Amino acid sequence: MTATTPYHTDDTAFAVQAPRVIERLRAALPERSLVVEEAERRAYESDGLSAFRQLPLVVAIPDTIEQVQAVLATCHDLGVPVVARGSGTSLSGGALPHPQGVLLSLARFNQILELDPERRLARVQPGVRNLAISEAAAAHGLYYAPDPSSQIACSIGGNIAENAGGVHCLKYGLTVHNVLDVTLATIEGDIVTVGSQALDTPGYDLLALMHGSEGMLGVILEATVRLLPEPLTKQVLLAAFDSAATAGNAVAGLIAAGIVPAGLEMMDGPAIKAAEDFVHAGYPTDAAAILICELDGGTEEVVADTARVDALLRDSGATEVRVARDADERARFWAGRKAAFPAAGRISPDYYCMDGTIPRKHLGEVLTRIADMGREHGLGVVNVFHAGDGNLHPLILYDGNTPGELEQAEAFGARILELCVEKGGTITGEHGVGVEKINEMCIQFNDAERETFFAIKRAFDPPGLLNPGKAIPTLNRCAEFGAMHVHHGEVAHPELERY
Amino acid sequence: MSEDDDQTEAIAARVRDAAAAGTPVAIRGGGSKPFYGHRLDGEALDVSRHRGVLNYEPTELMLTARAGTPLVELEELLAANGQMFAFEPPHFGGGATLGGAVATGLSGPRRPFAGALRDHLLGVRIVDGNGSVGRFGGEVIKNVAGYDVSRLTVGALGTLGVVLEVSVKVLPRPETERTVCLEMAPEEIHGRIEDALRNGAPITGAAHDGDRAWIRLAGATSAVTAGADWLGGDTPTDETFWSRLRDHTMDFFRGDTAEPLWRLSLPPGGRSPDLPGKRVVDWGGQLHWLRSDASAEGIRRETAAIGGHATVFRGGDAATAVFTPLEPALARFHGRLKRAFDPHGVLNPGRMYPEF
Ligand SMILES: Cc1cc2nc3c(=O)[nH]c(=O)nc-3n(C[C@H](O)[C@H](O)[C@H](O)COP(=O)(O)OP(=O)(O)OC[C@H]3O[C@@H](n4cnc5c(N)ncnc54)[C@H](O)[C@@H]3O)c2cc1C
Repeated sequence: MTATTPYHTDDTAFAVQAPRVIERLRAALPERSLVVEEAERRAYESDGLSAFRQLPLVVAIPDTIEQVQAVLATCHDLGVPVVARGSGTSLSGGALPHPQGVLLSLARFNQILELDPERRLARVQPGVRNLAISEAAAAHGLYYAPDPSSQIACSIGGNIAENAGGVHCLKYGLTVHNVLDVTLATIEGDIVTVGSQALDTPGYDLLALMHGSEGMLGVILEATVRLLPEPLTKQVLLAAFDSAATAGNAVAGLIAAGIVPAGLEMMDGPAIKAAEDFVHAGYPTDAAAILICELDGGTEEVVADTARVDALLRDSGATEVRVARDADERARFWAGRKAAFPAAGRISPDYYCMDGTIPRKHLGEVLTRIADMGREHGLGVVNVFHAGDGNLHPLILYDGNTPGELEQAEAFGARILELCVEKGGTITGEHGVGVEKINEMCIQFNDAERETFFAIKRAFDPPGLLNPGKAIPTLNRCAEFGAMHVHHGEVAHPELERY
Repeated sequence: MSEDDDQTEAIAARVRDAAAAGTPVAIRGGGSKPFYGHRLDGEALDVSRHRGVLNYEPTELMLTARAGTPLVELEELLAANGQMFAFEPPHFGGGATLGGAVATGLSGPRRPFAGALRDHLLGVRIVDGNGSVGRFGGEVIKNVAGYDVSRLTVGALGTLGVVLEVSVKVLPRPETERTVCLEMAPEEIHGRIEDALRNGAPITGAAHDGDRAWIRLAGATSAVTAGADWLGGDTPTDETFWSRLRDHTMDFFRGDTAEPLWRLSLPPGGRSPDLPGKRVVDWGGQLHWLRSDASAEGIRRETAAIGGHATVFRGGDAATAVFTPLEPALARFHGRLKRAFDPHGVLNPGRMYPEF
C-alpha cells in the first residue's frame, strides 16, 4: 500500500460538493444502484493493481442506458470526475477511483444482445465477460479470439478500453482487430456509434481511437465483435532450454522461418518451478526456460508445421522438445502457463506485473538485464510472457508488509520500462498506462506529442471529467519527473545509481 | 538512400510557413490517387522525395520506411525475403507510395480475410498542422501507450498530418496460392465461403466479376489443395485477375462511361443493394463496385438501409459529397479532431469533407 496518492495535485483540483452530487444521483437512480456508505465503497477502492487504493466519492451501478446518461449529465453539470469500471481487473490502475469522483460500474450491463452464427458477429453489452462470449459462441463452433489470461473475469468494455491482448494475438490480433463497432455515451450527452458491421466506415478511424483509450473519451455501452470458426486441429509443443537467452533466440528463429504460431509463450526457470509446484503440469523444472508453442489449422498443415517447429527448436538449442500426444497433454502444457500468475502469488506475498514490449531480437539480452537488476534491488523476478509478440510480463516479487519493498519494486519496474523504451519498444503492450506508468509516458513521448494526446482528449471530453489523471501526464507532472529523467531514456546523471 | 532522402525538415518548414501564412497545402505522394476525395486547391506539397527504407528486419515481421517510398519497391524487397503486406494495398498507378496507401487507407481483395492496412499499422511519424513532428505507435506488435494516433491517420487523406514515416507489420508469403472459378450469383458467395472457411479452406479472396465467382486460396499446400477440392469449380487461366481487380485495370473500371464509379461497403451476408447499374463484387460480397447513374441520395439511402455506406470513388461531380455525410455528433468530433491536429486548417482542407 502506498502512503501517497498516485494522483497529481493538478488532477484533483475539481470543486466538488459531495452532497449535491449524491442528491442528484439519488434522484436519477434507484437506491440499489447507488453506493454511498464508506464500508461498501471499499469494495471498489482498487482494481487489479492492488498497490493503489482510493475511495471514490460515490459508486453508481446503473441498469439502463438512460441511467448511465443521467450519471454523466450529473457529472457534466456539476463538474464531477467519473471513472468507468468494468470488472476491475486492470493491472495499471485504469479503474482506480478518483477521490472527488463517481465510480461508474457497468457490471449490470451483462447481456449478449445478439449472436449471429451465419454472419459470425456478437452484439454485447460492455459488462459481458470476455469468456462468456466464447462460451455462448461454442455451440456454433465459433469463438471470440482475444483471450487475456483474466478472461473469466474481465469485461469486453474493459478489453476495448485497454485494447487487451491474449496468448493468441500474434495470429489472431488484439481487441482492436476483432471489434467491429462500439457505441459510446459521451460526457456531453451524445450516444454515438463508431465503426460499423461493414469493413470500413466513412471518416476518421474513431473505432481504433477508442481502443486503448482507458475510459477517457467516452463510456462504452455496446459493442459488436467478430467471431472466428474454431480451428480444425491444434497441436502444442513444449521446448526446454538451458538459458533464457537461447529460448529468446529460438523465438526469433521460428518467426524468421515463416511460422506464425497461434500462440508462443515463454516461462523462465522461477516461473516453471512456481507453476509446477502449483499445478503439477509435468514441466521440466531443471530448465532455465521453456517455450510453449501452439499451432492450428488443417490436420495435414498442423502435422507438417509441427515437424518443422520441432526441428527448428532443436536447431536453436532446445535440450528437449515434447509434442503433446492428445488433448489432455495439450491442456497440461497450457495449464502451468495459465496458472502462472496465481502460482507467483503462492511464492511471494505480493507481486507486481510489468508489461513492456520489445523487438523480439532483444529478448535474450533484456531478460539477462532484468535478472541483474533484480539482484541490484534485492528482489526476485519471475518471467512468463507472450514471447511471440515480444511482450514481457516480468512479475516482481515483493512483500508489501516489509517497509521499503514496494518502493523497491516500483523503482525496479520503472527501470524495466525504461529499458524497453531504450530497446525500441514500449512501456505497455496490453495492460495500459493508467496511473501506474503515467510517469514513464514522459520518457516515451515528448511535450508536443503529449499535447496531441490532450488535444484528442479535449475533442471528446472538453471539461476533462472522464477518468482524469490517467494515461497522459500533464506538463507539470513530467517536469517534476524530469528532474530525474530526460526524454528518451537518457538519464541526467548516468554515473549515479538510481533506484 | 542518401541524406537527401530525408526531407523531414523541409516538409515541416513548408507546413510551418503555410500555417503562418494561413495558405493551405495539397499533399502529394506518388500522384496515383488524385481522383479519390474532393479536389484540392492548395499549393502542392510533394513528399515523394522523402523516401527510403529505415528499418526492415524479416525476423521482426516489421518494416519502417519513409512515406514517399514507392509501394513496388517495398513489395519487391519483401518478396525477396519471402514476405508481403498482407493487406494487399491497391496501387492504382506505378508511383503509388507507402504514405499514400496510409492516407487513403485502402486495402485490396485480401482485406476480409487478413485485415486492412489499419490492422497492420504499427506506428507513424507525422508533421501536424503546426509543423511539429511527432512519433506515435512504434515498431512493436503490441503497444497501448497513448491514444492510437497512428490508426487515426489511416484514411484521413492527409487532413490530420503529413505522414513522414510508417511502420507496418509484414507476414510470410503463403507457400501456395490457387484460384478457382465457380458459377454462382454474388449473393451466394458469402454462404459458400463461410462453409469453406469452417472446413479449413485458407481463403484470401472472394470476388464476382459479373459472370462468375473467383475464389482465391493461399497458405500451406495441403490446406490449399483440400480447400480447392472442397470448393470445386474450374481453375482459370487468367492469373492477373486479382491484381487487375485490386488496381482497377479491368475493363469494368477502365471503360469511359459517363456513370460515376461508386464504392459500396457493406455488412457481411446481407442482401445486395437494390440499385441499377453494372457491378463487380469483392470482399465476399462486402464491397460492391457500382457503375450507376442513379442519384447519389438514392444510392446512399439504399446502402444505408442495409447498414453500409457509399463513396463516389471516381467520376463524381463537384456537387456530390464524395463520402457518406457524418451524423451531427460524429461530425462535431471530426471537426474538433481536425482543429486539434491542424488548428490553421492548412493540411488538405476539404479533401475528405468540405467542412474541414
Ligand atoms: C490475473 C490477470 C491476468 C491478466 N491477463 C491479461 C492478459 O493476458 N492480457 C491483457 O491484455 N490484460 C490482462 N490483464 C489485465 C486486465 O484484465 C485487462 O486490462 C482487461 O481488459 C480489463 O478489463 P476490466 O473489465 O476488468 O476493466 P477495468 O479494470 O474495470 O477497467 C479498465 C479500464 O477500462 C475502462 N473501462 C472499463 N469499462 C469501460 C466502459 N464500459 N467504458 C469505458 N471505459 C471502460 C476503465 O475506466 C479503466 O480505464 C490481466 C489481469 C489480471 C488480474
